[in-house]
Amino acid sequence: MIEVSNLSRRFGDLLAVDSVSFAVAAGTITALVGTSGSGKSTLLRLINRLIEPTSGAVRIDGRDTSTVSGEELRRGIGYAIQGHGLFPHWTVARNIATVPDLLGWDKTRIARRVNELLELFGLDPETYAKKLPRQLSGGQQQRIGVARAIAAEPKVLLMDEPFGALDPIIRLKAQEDILAIQRRLGITIVLVTHDLDEAIRLGDRIAVMDSGRLLQYGAPAEILSHPAHGFVEKLVGGADRPLRLLSLGKVAELVEPGPADGVPVAEATSLRDALSDLLWRGAESLPVASNSGALLGRITLPAIVARAGRQA
Amino acid sequence: MTKGALFARLATWALLAGLVLAPQVFAPVLRPLTENGAPAIYDQGSLLDLTIAHLALVFVSSAVAAIVAIGAGIFVTRPAGEEFLPLSRSIVNIGQTFPPVAVLALAVPAVGFGAKPTLIALVLYGLLPIFENTITGLREVSEPVLEAAKGVGLDARQRLLRIEMPLALPVILAGVRLSVVVNLGTATIGSTVAAKGLGEVIIAGLQTSNTAFVLQGGVIVALLAVVIYDGFGLAERALARRAGLG
Repeated sequence: MIEVSNLSRRFGDLLAVDSVSFAVAAGTITALVGTSGSGKSTLLRLINRLIEPTSGAVRIDGRDTSTVSGEELRRGIGYAIQGHGLFPHWTVARNIATVPDLLGWDKTRIARRVNELLELFGLDPETYAKKLPRQLSGGQQQRIGVARAIAAEPKVLLMDEPFGALDPIIRLKAQEDILAIQRRLGITIVLVTHDLDEAIRLGDRIAVMDSGRLLQYGAPAEILSHPAHGFVEKLVGGADRPLRLLSLGKVAELVEPGPADGVPVAEATSLRDALSDLLWRGAESLPVASNSGALLGRITLPAIVARAGRQA
Repeated sequence: MTKGALFARLATWALLAGLVLAPQVFAPVLRPLTENGAPAIYDQGSLLDLTIAHLALVFVSSAVAAIVAIGAGIFVTRPAGEEFLPLSRSIVNIGQTFPPVAVLALAVPAVGFGAKPTLIALVLYGLLPIFENTITGLREVSEPVLEAAKGVGLDARQRLLRIEMPLALPVILAGVRLSVVVNLGTATIGSTVAAKGLGEVIIAGLQTSNTAFVLQGGVIVALLAVVIYDGFGLAERALARRAGLG
């Protein structure tokens, strides 16, 4: 659990972060969204004190972060950045072992942890442990960057545009991976992004920032259907809004009894993908199957359309 | 390594070894450059001893210059030392522009004749390339790498020793190489104030109009420079590969 209260940071005349307060529940993902210069990266760095606050406080699990040294604090918080920042002269294994090594773990425990993480990220330890970062692809480097960030089993992981340097296809895969890993480890993630779709896809909650102020903080559906006046409205109010709303729902929520023809869609499919499927196949309705393959009923075009509209 | 490069390297080593260890072999070649039956090969001391003394002058002065310049380069790239950068740079630049001969002239009255004034001149002359390369090397370490190093909790000392210095080392070494090679040549003037070195051979040649002596001294110094320059180059490439940059 992270509690940020009245946090401010001033650079000369510029108030980069202006009295921001919010709380992040343990085991959730919060996405900080905003344009460049909105203060979202500064806010992230205030949490692990890469930048010291001018005023205000951050508490992690009830403990004020200003009571320990910056280095000690950061060793307990994962940190992953755009362009991964891997140390080019260290092997993949040594990069991952950075924080455990700083914390004085013994060698066998470190080796075990490195192998475990490589396997978690789908990289064969035999092949990859001894490689240098430049011998890896962009997607692999990004995964090692995240592996290094969570190597010492931190409860909190901060990510600054972690997928910014990846091309769109690899980015989608990397986002799915981080979601799966987060669900598995129950880690608390605060993630900075300028990409609203990424924030909707990953965030349990979204914090919209502009000019150093936190404009709105809430679940993605709330931000999309009830945006605060001004900047947030402009940010989410584009032509994609109905589709973004649909991407938050699952087919399972709109299943109705009745027959339908064609290859069934899975109940875990997003409504946005189901709509796509219906339009592409030119169908009014499609059968819905559970994860185990049993037929549950059908999903219809009118039901999805009704869901996509402005919610009263 | 190509065959040609290997052959050139071996030939250089062989020529150098021959000139230093068995100079009489070259007497027939150098004889036409002498007049009035003067000796073709330097006979007032062992060329091997002079070469060793010469290398010792260069080694000691370069080591001192490296320690001072690398230390200063690290200091002015830390937040605490940033404001000293213009001052340090001026001092180091003066060391480079002030002629070593003039340094000798000023140093002799203070510390006497011999190796001491020569070492002072060589240290001052060798600072600039090492200092500038140290700064460049440290500044070239990429921003995400430094950000990540801070972000995972390395303190300032750990960042310098584990991340910045290893990554900057190939560039710093290139500065040391330049400094060593320049001082190999410059060290010959030390013989004007009685420092033992290969300058003796050249000066003896000039005083007796014996071109053969001048050529011997000059060629040995030049070959030393080539061999050392080449050796440093190999070391830099190996380091750059190890630093994951090559």
